Amino acid sequence: MSTTTIDPTTRRVPPFGGMNLTVLRIELLRMLRNRRTVIFTLVFPAALFFAFGSGSDWDQTVGHGNVAAYVMTSMALYGAALTAASGGAMVAMERALGWSRQLRLTPLSPTAYILMKALLALVLGAVAISVVNLAGVVQGKPSMPLHVWVACAVLTLVCTLVFAALGVFVGYLVPGENAMQVLGPGLALFSFLGNVFIPITEGSTMWHVASLTPMFGVAEVSRAPLTGDLPWYAVLNAVVWFAIFVAGAAWRMSKDTARV
Amino acid sequence: MTTEQLALAGDTTQGSAAISLRGVTKDFGSVRAVRGIDLDIRPGEIVAFLGPNGAGKTSTIDIVLGLSQPTQGRVEVLGHAPRQAIARGLVSAVMQTGGLLKDLTVRETVEYTASLFADTQPVDDVLAHAGITGIADRKVGKCSGGEQQRLRFAMALLSDPALLLLDEPTTGMDVEGRRAFWSAIRRDAQKGRTVLFATHYLEEADQYADRIVLISRGRIVADGTGSEIKALAAGRTIRATLDRPDADVLARLDGVESVEVRGDTVLLHAKDTDAVARYLLTETGARDLEITARGIEDAFLTLTGADEPQEDAR
Repeated sequence: MSTTTIDPTTRRVPPFGGMNLTVLRIELLRMLRNRRTVIFTLVFPAALFFAFGSGSDWDQTVGHGNVAAYVMTSMALYGAALTAASGGAMVAMERALGWSRQLRLTPLSPTAYILMKALLALVLGAVAISVVNLAGVVQGKPSMPLHVWVACAVLTLVCTLVFAALGVFVGYLVPGENAMQVLGPGLALFSFLGNVFIPITEGSTMWHVASLTPMFGVAEVSRAPLTGDLPWYAVLNAVVWFAIFVAGAAWRMSKDTARV
Repeated sequence: MTTEQLALAGDTTQGSAAISLRGVTKDFGSVRAVRGIDLDIRPGEIVAFLGPNGAGKTSTIDIVLGLSQPTQGRVEVLGHAPRQAIARGLVSAVMQTGGLLKDLTVRETVEYTASLFADTQPVDDVLAHAGITGIADRKVGKCSGGEQQRLRFAMALLSDPALLLLDEPTTGMDVEGRRAFWSAIRRDAQKGRTVLFATHYLEEADQYADRIVLISRGRIVADGTGSEIKALAAGRTIRATLDRPDADVLARLDGVESVEVRGDTVLLHAKDTDAVARYLLTETGARDLEITARGIEDAFLTLTGADEPQEDAR
């Protein structure tokens, strides 16, 4: 340590509320080091794509592409949703561990912290989406114009924020490491219900129930460039669920301020 | 604390107190945990915040750290609002438990924390200073309790803070560790670092602090040096029955600190109770004389009122 006397008048405040690349690097490394995260969010969705994307009808036309492209986009959404949700659940776990309190004793501002976590969710979501898309390229069956491909990937990325909020919310309701135990099967169930894994006949009772579940809207939105079809109820579904999850997360967070 | 050091430390901060609390209160719902605290701590002082659990120590420390807002009153830390002092790396705290991510390595934890400050000590220096260079690449979750505590100190000292707050700092340390810890704290205090530590052990407060602030039920009940606080606790009490006791005469006796008269019964608090007893038995008609020791813990309980029911203290 320095041997000079401490002079409080010379101290500076860090820029960007304390946000910096070192923190982002360590946080990213941290997520990628977690074997369970990697398997469930990166390997599993790609494996699902190989399983579902090779059905006998893979080359049938869907909008501007084929069925394989449709399945690939869906699986990318599923993978990205899982990464974002697990990232969100980590926020709650960090609070339980007292890490957020520790961070409050540094110059890092709470806004910078939330922004950093959202950025991280997006980066990891992008990784998950890229992995599934790469699997599609390697497999060779998905077919759609490049701009549709890119548009689907970008929309999927935006949609993952819904699940980052869900992750924070669930992380508070089910504290600690158990959050992923709930989120994993939960998101799988929502994916089945939300027309992500298996197509549900439009207009059936099942479909009407499905259209109210949280994966349904974002799935339609993220596939819209491919299908060329964006129903209003899908957009409404996505917006309403996002609002519900954000409100839920904010509600639990505000309940938690007593000992930060 | 010598006056010489005080003057030196005072110069570097241009006169602003390390901590200044004015009429601070804190309510949790209908419960008033802090009931009006006025406190000034000068730069370079090592101050013990002594009190039983639930006295309001942690609530007050949270306010100084800007983790919670006072219900009423004014708080200044080194001339800044608490959050501003934190943003400048002027204030650090070491908590007793938690506050660490198990899946990061020791070095990553220090790097992570260091990157959040505008100015910090080099990471390697801090690791070496805390004696954790050897375990730098170990996952925090695999470190022992003592190693994790050293890591917490390394993190707290990264920004070379002017004010360090410690919550029960030596819990779980052995005698040797405790001594090494406090000599390091003393060394840092000489360059003007102020240390405020919360404890509920009078002995530790007396041994290591320049000044003890005794807090009970959200109020400061005593504030002074270790010997001043101990003097409050020293001595014994004589209880005797006297006909028409004269409190003034008794109070003038050598070594008598306080006299209480309850009808025919007198309660005398004195350092040399033998002399007082001798006087009472030979020079007065005192009878039913009883001498009881008032231990340090006893005095502490009396001062802090911990033996009374605490219906509304946190």
